[in-house]
Amino acid sequence: MTAENPYIPYTATVEETWYETGGDRCIKTFKVVLDDQSVRDSWNHRPGQCAMIGVLGVGESMISISCSPTEGKFLRFSVMKMGKVTQALHQLEPGDKMMVRGPYGNSFPVDDWQGKQILTIGGGVGQAPLRPIVEYVKANRDKYAGLTMIYGARTSGDLCFKGEFEEMSKCDDLSCHLTIDVEEEGWDHNVGFVPQMLLDLNPSSDNTIVITCGPPIMIRFVLENLKKLGFEDEQIYTTLENRMKCGIGKCGRCNAGGMYVCKDGPVFSYAVLKDIPEAFA
Amino acid sequence: MSAMLLNKEKWPDFVGKLTNKKLWAPKLEGDAMRFAPVAEGEMPKLEYGNTRVPPKGALFPQTETMYRFQLGSSEMETPALEEEIVVLGVRPCDARAMTIVEKLFRWDIDDPYYLKRRELVTLVGLACGEPGLNCFCTSVGGDPASTEGLDLLMIDLGDNYLLETVTPKGEALVSEVAEFLTEAEAEAVQLKEKVVAEAAAKIKRSVDHEGIPEGLPGLWDDPLWKSVSASCLGCGTCTYLCPTCHCFDIQDETEGFEARRCRMWDSCMFEEYTLHTSGHNPRPTRRERTRNRINHKYNYYVDKFDVIACVGCGRCINLCPVNIDIVEILRQVKEAL
Repeated sequence: MTAENPYIPYTATVEETWYETGGDRCIKTFKVVLDDQSVRDSWNHRPGQCAMIGVLGVGESMISISCSPTEGKFLRFSVMKMGKVTQALHQLEPGDKMMVRGPYGNSFPVDDWQGKQILTIGGGVGQAPLRPIVEYVKANRDKYAGLTMIYGARTSGDLCFKGEFEEMSKCDDLSCHLTIDVEEEGWDHNVGFVPQMLLDLNPSSDNTIVITCGPPIMIRFVLENLKKLGFEDEQIYTTLENRMKCGIGKCGRCNAGGMYVCKDGPVFSYAVLKDIPEAFA
Repeated sequence: MSAMLLNKEKWPDFVGKLTNKKLWAPKLEGDAMRFAPVAEGEMPKLEYGNTRVPPKGALFPQTETMYRFQLGSSEMETPALEEEIVVLGVRPCDARAMTIVEKLFRWDIDDPYYLKRRELVTLVGLACGEPGLNCFCTSVGGDPASTEGLDLLMIDLGDNYLLETVTPKGEALVSEVAEFLTEAEAEAVQLKEKVVAEAAAKIKRSVDHEGIPEGLPGLWDDPLWKSVSASCLGCGTCTYLCPTCHCFDIQDETEGFEARRCRMWDSCMFEEYTLHTSGHNPRPTRRERTRNRINHKYNYYVDKFDVIACVGCGRCINLCPVNIDIVEILRQVKEAL
């Protein structure tokens, strides 16, 4: 990525890696630092943005940046092992090189949300794009009325960022509600689906912004239940994901209706999204 | 803008002079015309209909190296784009398509490859005297002698070509071949107007697009998408041969330690185009893909760039193996509004 050529990636070094979840479709988190000092200094992502990350000789994939800029001069990506590129990424260990282009897309309008209560509703790896919001609000506690996080996965082993939730439950204005689909021995949080947990918690829609991300089926029922709780379309945000190649609005494939997810998105308010015919396709 | 005459007897000299540089012109390959480099001594002929494959590859090659690297190294080398190309015999619709596609390649972030090639390429147009059976340029903003996107336009007046310069690049080219040209008299300009009007009158097909860009969203779930795509094979011919289709894939190719990242034409008519790695596909059948193709050209592009992304060249109609006809689809769309 140079001023002349947006397709050339920056080189970054993997500093730390760890597994969030196990199994064939495991999720591995990479903490990476851009190699070039001037690139590192000028890199300025906002919560909700993505980056094209990859391995030379294999390819690139669009992945959410799962850290907030308030955390420091590094990037974090949580990647599920799925296809060719993500398998190659999973082989990277500390000291290895990762190629990075970005940051891409719009972002959560965090400045407009100041003074509001923030509610995030995530499912599975869908928590990755929500994590920067959680961290951003935690770092700017005085600017927001509070943060409530609902996060669910199939089993406790499928929850990402597990170590980070305990400190949240110690704070008055932050609350974290975890749920898994089926009963498990030793699990002392909720059991049940995310949309139902939302209804049970019955959060007030007053002065609140909701951001949801997860599997399409979860989003569908979360939206239904938010309506039941009295939330307006303008209060609800989500972040979309489509197959992408260029990340800069040229290659054509990520459009949902007339919107390019890579440039017009990935963040959309439900007020906009409900009129995009392909958004929930 | 100047107007000059090139007597057809001087054609070999004219071409000979141009082959000093890299020259592309329509050539017969098998039973189809396509733009290809002209070797010195070779004499391209312009008596043909439009080429099967549009000249879009001059600016947007079917496969293009973005950068090269050695496996294991993060040094990337972009190919130097410096060769100037003259493309001879470009039809006005295809040149117009390049101006339409350029809007996308300039949208917010410049595409360095497309824009650099645009600088390096000189487009010498040829006005259409005998439009094809499925041409409909006149109803989508073009005409058989449109100069949009061209540097120089040639109009066949029988014994002579009339050469009209459009841009400084066109002027420069004309000055290089000045020795073979004569000043065009008023008579020639009159004859040109007659020839052009006759050509336009030969275009029999048209699209009545009024209300279509605004109306398409309302037809999202209309049964017409199922019926117009029922016979589609998903071969992608319509998009590969479309002068305004610009979608691409990016792939890494390796051979030993030598590797390159390249981009190549892709097609929204392919299932894999939008397929997520999870197996989910937002456009799972040819119904959704056909709907996207029409919407992209006649709705999304109009919204974003204020121009229909279809120039009426008729290739997608001529070459569809199952006779899917965009003019007919748009007629049905119009009817359903």
